[in-house]
Amino acid sequence: MTALLATSDPVLLEFAELVRTEGKVAVEGNRTRWDVGGMLDAEARVLSAPEGIVDYKPDEMTAVVRAGTTVAELHAALAEKGQRSALPERGGTVGGALAVGESDFRSLGRGLIRTCLLQIRYVSAEGRIISSGGPTVKNVSGFDLPRLMVGSLGTLGLMAEAIIRTNPIPPASQWLSAPGVPTRVVADAVLAPSSLYEHEGTTWVQIEGHAADVTAEIAVLKNSGDFDEVDAPDETQRPAPAPKIAVDAVVSALNDQIKRNFDPDGRLNPGRDVLAA
Amino acid sequence: MLERLRALRGGESETSGDPAIDALRAVLGDRAKLDSARQALHSHDASVFEDGNSGPVCYPETTAEVQAIVRIAREHQRSIVPRGAGTGLAGGAIPLGAPVVVAVTRMNEIFEIDEDKRVAWVGPGVINLDLTRQLQPRGYHFAPDPSSQQVCTIGGNVGNNAGGPHCLAYGVTNAHIVAMEVVLPNGEVAMLGSVDGETLGYDLRGVFVGSEGTLGIVTKVAVRLTKNRPEVRTLLLSFDSVTDAAQTVSDIIADGIVPAALEVMDHKITVAVENFVNAGYPRDAAAVLLAEVDGLSAGVDIDAERIGEIGLSNGATDVRLAGSEEERALLWKGRKTAFGAIAQIAPDYYLHDTVVPRSALAGVLEQIYEIADRYELIIMNVFHAGDGNLHPLIVFDGREPGVLDRVHAAGGEIITASLEAGGVLSGEHGIGVEKQKFMNLLFTDDDLDHQNRLRQAFDPGCRTNPGKVMPVGHSCADIQSLKRRPTGVWG
Repeated sequence: MTALLATSDPVLLEFAELVRTEGKVAVEGNRTRWDVGGMLDAEARVLSAPEGIVDYKPDEMTAVVRAGTTVAELHAALAEKGQRSALPERGGTVGGALAVGESDFRSLGRGLIRTCLLQIRYVSAEGRIISSGGPTVKNVSGFDLPRLMVGSLGTLGLMAEAIIRTNPIPPASQWLSAPGVPTRVVADAVLAPSSLYEHEGTTWVQIEGHAADVTAEIAVLKNSGDFDEVDAPDETQRPAPAPKIAVDAVVSALNDQIKRNFDPDGRLNPGRDVLAA
Repeated sequence: MLERLRALRGGESETSGDPAIDALRAVLGDRAKLDSARQALHSHDASVFEDGNSGPVCYPETTAEVQAIVRIAREHQRSIVPRGAGTGLAGGAIPLGAPVVVAVTRMNEIFEIDEDKRVAWVGPGVINLDLTRQLQPRGYHFAPDPSSQQVCTIGGNVGNNAGGPHCLAYGVTNAHIVAMEVVLPNGEVAMLGSVDGETLGYDLRGVFVGSEGTLGIVTKVAVRLTKNRPEVRTLLLSFDSVTDAAQTVSDIIADGIVPAALEVMDHKITVAVENFVNAGYPRDAAAVLLAEVDGLSAGVDIDAERIGEIGLSNGATDVRLAGSEEERALLWKGRKTAFGAIAQIAPDYYLHDTVVPRSALAGVLEQIYEIADRYELIIMNVFHAGDGNLHPLIVFDGREPGVLDRVHAAGGEIITASLEAGGVLSGEHGIGVEKQKFMNLLFTDDDLDHQNRLRQAFDPGCRTNPGKVMPVGHSCADIQSLKRRPTGVWG
């Protein structure tokens, strides 16, 4: 019998055909983080992943989306039903965001990007479509390949379609800022800020929830520091993604072994190195 | 399955003369055990699966000791099986082929609670509920709360990516493990993840969680601290049908509310629970829904009221708000002791674990009741409805001839029905030995081949918890050490 996770979607099968079974091949999204992990080998053929929202079930809090779809398009569709996801909103595609693996600067409220990928279908170095994960949040059904894909820079497989976990947009939101309040003070004062960071001497906080709770938390914050209600931070006021932390030789060797096992000929996104990101 | 396990057993082990034991005792002293009672004890977990066969049982206290055990096992070409409290329900900790069993229960120190980083460094043997009790006075808790939380270990939670009722809002164990120190199958120590931010490279922390002890042995864990919610509202809704309760759950989520927990119990289990703990559950309802919201005071009242309205619009016959902390605690005691309560009905039970999309809950439950009738079995349902995580509970008397065959056949049909409804094999118990043969229903050979590639990057020799997760026909599904067993061990 056919495995239940097998796909017969002609769009995905066509993408697998394009990847072929040999030759260097890479995938591009909107190139918003194009240089992460090193320069792409110039010999590589550059493909675009398929596009489109395949299925969105607000009451399941899941969206099936092809990797080439922009995060903006996905989030616009989600917003119509009062939802959003942990994917960062900075102009890129779903596949690009997952491959780079950087969380949104409001990840305290939206979740880390690595927690939003429930299922992935990718094309392997052998040109086969591989599926892992499922449409549910709870899932311990074999090895968790979706975790391996987030932040992989497309070096283990070329992502074709994802199931993304969605979340409701809280009814009310307010940003506040204050000069030089330690983030620990804010974290202790309020229950669960949706964003909290320091940027060039200013402490930024986003409070979300029911309107009355947001009002109460604003009062708490104003008691703990010189906070004012402000507009959401513009791009110059957002924190740059923190540099990733280097790993030791043992973990490096494990990374190299995984790459060899998934892509023995080094044909997927050649030039990119997750250890150099 | 059972036949295969019996075939793998290959005879009784002797209680002495194991060639690895002297080297293990040189490192661990009398914390390396080789006696028949202990081996028998560690040949089981909380599942119905038997035919495990333990070699020496080790109780390390430090990372260096775990490392030494792994190296000794390698030298003797023996496989290893990590073990926490042995509360697993899928047979993941059952030793196959007389491996060295590494019980981490003595590694139960809480090393550091770092409130700045909101993490605690703990040993893998720390008990889930003990950790939360230690964190409570500081205003935090560890969010995953499996029903076995009074005895299960953090190491076991990592191994199985444990869940529990409160995963709906807070996420499963994977979302609460920030970093881990592990001993790899080659004996080297690795730090996966970091408490200071994201690390370079693949998310090895993420893939290790839920790998059922096949990628190495976790020796230290940095868990995320979750701030306690100041306000909690717990509602008990009664229904004339399980379908109405399931529809209420779907409608609550569609309404934009993500409660801390949404738990459903059907009539049979509710009566059993009520007989057992007298928690105030209605004995005449076809299903009850336990709904909990937490957070700040205004929001929890708004959400609780809205949940009540949604319940009533779906035909709830009663909506009750727990009026006190005592009442709330009693309701939860009822829910969490459900599996103990069934002892009054029959001496044995088999607890299943599948996940389906919420919209499929009612349909799959109907199929489960039909399967129960056909196999003349009692099946009760108590489950994490908000996650679509079903826990059909088959109760039976193992002394009845042939009953276990019916239990397994009915279980197989439940799994198939869940998968065909778009669900997955397991939500929180794992694959272990229980669901290996169902992996092919869900995954293609290519899918499984890629899972194997990950496993083999960690453990090319298939020495760490072999014979688990991957189905027969894939590497690491067979018990390597049996093929290379040292002469004399099995007499």
